Amino acid sequence: MTAFRQSVEAMIPALRRYARALVRDTDIADDLVQDTLVRALRSERLFLGGDVRSWLYTILTNLNKNRRRSLARRPAFMPLLDNNADASGTEAEGRDIERALSTLVEEQRSVLLLVMLEGMSYREVADIQGVPIGTVMSRLARARAHVRASIEGQRPTLRRVK
Amino acid sequence: MTDPNIPVTEDELHAYVDNELPAERRGDVEAWLAAHPDDAARVQSWRAMAETLHARYDAVLDEAVPKRLELERLVRQPRRWVYGAVAATLMAFIAGGGVGWIARGAAATPSAFQSFTLDALDAHRLYVVEVRHPVEVPGSERDHLQQWLTKRCGWDVRAPDLTGLKLVGGRLLPGPSGPASFLMYESTSGERFTVYTAKAKTEATQMRYAVQGSDGALFWADRGVAYVVSGGTDRTRLTQVAQSVYDQMEKNGG
Repeated sequence: MTAFRQSVEAMIPALRRYARALVRDTDIADDLVQDTLVRALRSERLFLGGDVRSWLYTILTNLNKNRRRSLARRPAFMPLLDNNADASGTEAEGRDIERALSTLVEEQRSVLLLVMLEGMSYREVADIQGVPIGTVMSRLARARAHVRASIEGQRPTLRRVK
Repeated sequence: MTDPNIPVTEDELHAYVDNELPAERRGDVEAWLAAHPDDAARVQSWRAMAETLHARYDAVLDEAVPKRLELERLVRQPRRWVYGAVAATLMAFIAGGGVGWIARGAAATPSAFQSFTLDALDAHRLYVVEVRHPVEVPGSERDHLQQWLTKRCGWDVRAPDLTGLKLVGGRLLPGPSGPASFLMYESTSGERFTVYTAKAKTEATQMRYAVQGSDGALFWADRGVAYVVSGGTDRTRLTQVAQSVYDQMEKNGG
């Protein structure tokens, strides 16, 4: 296996994590990762060094943008009832953050996850999204404010920050 | 040295949490947070948010990677279908002969193409199997059909004459951004083709081909109207029909 493929392979778990948080649905998330890998492998010979990691996140982010655009006019399906509404602790928090993420606009969700979950620098995220750093920062600020408000709105008594 | 009295901005608070702040300013921010409980609460909530995100999603890192993501497998057998849900194979389609190969604005709207073509294929599949009610207005009332669809769709809908194919009739269907017209044709052997048209956002695109299961479709847009000709997977045959539709639309549109 070439060094290139090894570095791609090493990224698969993290790409899956990012995709899962980005789209929620496990199958769609893995579809995205699979398409990302296919693209990456196809471009192996075109890849002239550089940061494989950022490059893979860039492909995945763009594929998801295209996917969402094509689905944009389809109705979004939401669960009618939240079963397990009084689940507690980590599980409930996980569900709250999932729901908060799903109400973010695409670019903000992507920035938030790349910075907070994948630990990317502002510079890297700016390159991935093809925007200036200032845009990344304002997207991040808006995303954090939105998620915080959303979570606190959902579980006000548990979320009061001291 | 920075001046500790310079107010800390919101950007700096984010940069502080994300370790993007220059080292010499960290102390100032910490002093600021000690004096500003609201900002301290925000910073704390962002940290908690990051922890929650990791608690929710880090488990994915430990999952076994599904077989379909193994590189060896992908090298041998790249996935043909881009997205299970949007299962349309996209191919830049260069039609032979004089078929309109209009490149203007082509690559700009791959997704509009996808969803539109999927709508057309859905309609195709739904109605071609109908024996008794494949259409609302039968082909014997061609003039009425054309007038009705023109009135409802808002552009000149003509049912083209296709050699070897009989017009079964047409329907009005919901399209992506308004009404769509749907015409069905049949050969003597019972093979059916449908022509789905609706207003398009793009003025014109090149012709593209998509296959889904046992159905094939050719898509293009011209003068603000998008066309999808659907039929079987015989691409040559489909191309002939689509070419014929295209040529007649060209003539009519003048």
